[in-house]
Amino acid sequence: MTATWLRRLYFTVVALFLAAPLIVVAGVSINSRQELTFPPVGFSLAWYAQIFTDPEWRLALIHSVTLAVCSAAIAVAIALPLAWFLWRRIAPWANIFQVLGLAPFILPPVITALGFLSFWATVGLFGQFFTAIISHAIFFVTLPLVTLSLGFASIDRSLVEAAATMGADDRKVLKTVVLPLILPYLVSGYAFAFVLSLNEYIVAYMTIGFTTETLPIKIFNALRYGYTPTMAAVSVFFVAVAALVFGAIARFGDIRRLLGAMSSDGS
Amino acid sequence: MRRDTPKSVADYTPLFFPGLMLIIFFVIPFSTMIVVSFFRRNPSGFYTPDFVIDNYARFLSAFFGGVLGFSLMLAVLVAVCCVAIAFPFTYLLTKRPRHVQTLWLVGLLSVLSLSEVIIGFAWSTLFSRTAGITNLFVAIGLMDKPVALLPTFGAVLTGMVYQALPYTILVLYPALVRLDPTLLEAARTLGASPVRAFFNVVAPALRNTIVATLIMVFVFALGSYLLPQILGRPQHWTLSVLITDQAIYQSNMPFAAAMAVFLVLISLALVGMTLLVGRKENAL
Repeated sequence: MTATWLRRLYFTVVALFLAAPLIVVAGVSINSRQELTFPPVGFSLAWYAQIFTDPEWRLALIHSVTLAVCSAAIAVAIALPLAWFLWRRIAPWANIFQVLGLAPFILPPVITALGFLSFWATVGLFGQFFTAIISHAIFFVTLPLVTLSLGFASIDRSLVEAAATMGADDRKVLKTVVLPLILPYLVSGYAFAFVLSLNEYIVAYMTIGFTTETLPIKIFNALRYGYTPTMAAVSVFFVAVAALVFGAIARFGDIRRLLGAMSSDGS
Repeated sequence: MRRDTPKSVADYTPLFFPGLMLIIFFVIPFSTMIVVSFFRRNPSGFYTPDFVIDNYARFLSAFFGGVLGFSLMLAVLVAVCCVAIAFPFTYLLTKRPRHVQTLWLVGLLSVLSLSEVIIGFAWSTLFSRTAGITNLFVAIGLMDKPVALLPTFGAVLTGMVYQALPYTILVLYPALVRLDPTLLEAARTLGASPVRAFFNVVAPALRNTIVATLIMVFVFALGSYLLPQILGRPQHWTLSVLITDQAIYQSNMPFAAAMAVFLVLISLALVGMTLLVGRKENAL
């Protein structure tokens, strides 16, 4: 069984490559000394505590979470009616909005970021916190748009037909049949946008970076003045949040299907 | 309820909010950027409205041409490395039991969502003299003393492959998971070994998918802006770094915008090519 053995080796190497930086960062984050050493010397959770107790790190955390919560909500609010309309109606020209929703994410991020910078500067709102919320919402609208489109595509139309035959109007069908069916896709779309917004740097930097610090901006600014174990702790915190959110999606939904596997059973 | 054409204005209501948001906050900013690229730089303020093509002319000068060439070369290298690692990996992954796939997908998504800042920080730690892998080599007796592995081209490349690899796997996953299993069975029945079946049947059947993935990873890598700064020297800076630098530190928005427009054109041409390749695949 050399083939099995080779496959295991291959998977292990890829897993190690993906995990290596995180292992080092996790090691550094529990270091008891105020410097970067690996393997860690002693054990301390002080750097984790500092994320919440140090006023600057705590403020950055609050900014990041606020930004992610609000922008992901707006992204879903944009994506839901759009995806619903595209599923419900035949209006080929409306697909242009779908393209517009996908474009900000497909183009290199620096372009979308620069577009926002020139726009907010031109209208004189540059640096306001809400501009970052709107910018992130547009930047990440792709994610709920994709998951919701998948969700709508998975709805059995005869089910909806049956409800309509029984006398339910559009609004009632939407409320009693469609929304419950796409709820998992809506939640995961929100979660994707939330996690990516939490980690996003360039758009946030080009809209509010000079006035307000989010966690990624704070880490990058701190990088220039030398490394601190708190940065490592924040990094581990980020990975943990992402793993938790995606783990929950996998636990309560079907992540394979969300990522494009056709059926939910086997392959 | 079948799909039908909208009959009244009221039927269009769901489009109002998404349409307005996307037009005001994507189409207009994007157009603003294009317009600004023709403006003149104002050293005291931001920029003054004008119509000049100096910004484009300057970009095509030798220095920036060199940066463009380097960016393209780096992105190609990243795309090739990623697809070479990810294609066989994703193929093998789709053959694993469901719970193994799910576990890997959660892990990949977690790494994918990492900020470039954190990836940069993590790899700069791993490549550093004080807390890096060379300490491990010293510990097992491979090296005499720890050394710093950055800033180097290799460090930039490693960081960017790390950033793009989960993306590559997730882009390849749908195509490979939907691959018709009878194709492979036929090859096996005819006596091909699994490795031979992979190279002679699976890889050629997905040739267009591979090309499309290469292009998508290429565009993704073209967008990297922090890793070259954190892990490399100034000569390893890419177009994205330069755009950020001009926009923020040199306060030269028109020039940054001109470079961004150029980057858009390259990306759009490549995304268009991906769609074309994808369409051919569907037609087969």
